[in-house]
Amino acid sequence: MVIQQRFGLSLVALSCLALTACDHNDDNEPAPVPPADVSYSYEVTVQNITQGQPLSPVGVALHGDAVMWEVGMPASAALEVLAEGGDNSDFTASEGVMASASGAGPIAPGSSETITVTVINEPDTFISVATMLVNTNDAFAGVTGHALGELEVNQSMTMVLPVLDAGTEANSEVAGTIPGPADGGEGYNAERDDADLVSFHPGVVSAQDGLKMSVLTAAHRFDNPAVKLTITRVE
Amino acid sequence: MKLKQLTPLMVATGLTAMSGFAQAAELEVTVQNLTRGIYFTPILITAHSPDQQLFNVGEAASTELQAMAEGGDISGLEMAVDALSADTVANPAGGLLMPTAATTTTLSTMDGNTALSIVAMMLPTNDGFIGLNSWMIPDEPGTYTVYLNAYDAGTEANDEIRGGGAPGAPGLPVPPPLEDLVGNGGSGVTSEITNATVHIHPGNLGDNDTEAGMSDISNTVQRWLNPVAMVTVTVSE
Repeated sequence: MVIQQRFGLSLVALSCLALTACDHNDDNEPAPVPPADVSYSYEVTVQNITQGQPLSPVGVALHGDAVMWEVGMPASAALEVLAEGGDNSDFTASEGVMASASGAGPIAPGSSETITVTVINEPDTFISVATMLVNTNDAFAGVTGHALGELEVNQSMTMVLPVLDAGTEANSEVAGTIPGPADGGEGYNAERDDADLVSFHPGVVSAQDGLKMSVLTAAHRFDNPAVKLTITRVE
Repeated sequence: MKLKQLTPLMVATGLTAMSGFAQAAELEVTVQNLTRGIYFTPILITAHSPDQQLFNVGEAASTELQAMAEGGDISGLEMAVDALSADTVANPAGGLLMPTAATTTTLSTMDGNTALSIVAMMLPTNDGFIGLNSWMIPDEPGTYTVYLNAYDAGTEANDEIRGGGAPGAPGLPVPPPLEDLVGNGGSGVTSEITNATVHIHPGNLGDNDTEAGMSDISNTVQRWLNPVAMVTVTVSE
């Protein structure tokens, strides 16, 4: 995967730095005073602007120049877990993530939550944010690989996010397949029975709009965008 | 570099400061299909004078646009833009552009061809198409991203059942790659055109019955929400 290759390069760079430091200690010169640590802290505000789709606890990750998904590519296993079941723990623990944070709980339609994420001595990170629309099979909203390096302290950026389809679970909408309150069904399932490519989401259909087996109603329909995201550098 | 006379459109939209020079440019253009289950027929990418449009929302489609939107035939539009000395790439994907797939091409534009337009029919639809309408090509070198909406040509009722792609023929054209993806036996969603001008497509209705029902389109796979395509344009030095 792209992310692993790029993170692999940055690990090589780090180990070179470590070796240089070791060489220096072999000399009789006094060790240089290490510079003070610098914190780069960001407040990430996620507002749910859907009609009736609670958002799963938001996953926030800071990493190098890479993306954690891409339209037209299969979803990672960690993204599948998030998009099918709303569990961000694998996503935020992905290889190459330098710092991460999770929302405290689901975000109801109309509500918002602010999550703080902090990284030390890394001025040029990239952010990925993802959250499941829980009354769906595998829909999620997010942004990935967005550069933060240009953001000054107290400066913020705002964007709206479309709904993506992880492509790992068919959008059947049938009872037992949707983890949100509309169903209380199964979340993550390792089987992949859909396109196995991330795409933009076609929207939910609902029983009222002609999908007879659907447990969803018109209240669960959504359109783009679904989330308003504001990122503010606070430190 | 020659300073060209400003076009009326540029003046009208206040772009004089940014786009006063109508010089030749080297472009790399990528079109990505963002949808879950819609195919794009051969794509037309054309840079032309900004006082020309392939289509206009709220106006009736030309016969050439109708042929593209109902049947995926871009030959008429290609001839029309050639007659305008446009710089054009036809069918960069070499056929259908699959869901989530992308195609990239290069385009050298002549002086004055400062507006970029892109169209392709969406399948399965009756007369739906992706549209970029006279987007002003920036003078500043860089990479620009534009998201495209789905339009309805307003020339054919959206009955959503199998039929033909010739202009005026009812129904959906179903080329061989889509044969197994489109149902049969639908009774037809509607026989009326409610807006005979180009407009934002209302989306497919579809149903979940591949043998009967109203529509031959799948409602869980072959619907979409806008945007349906992402265009990335790189303007080089």
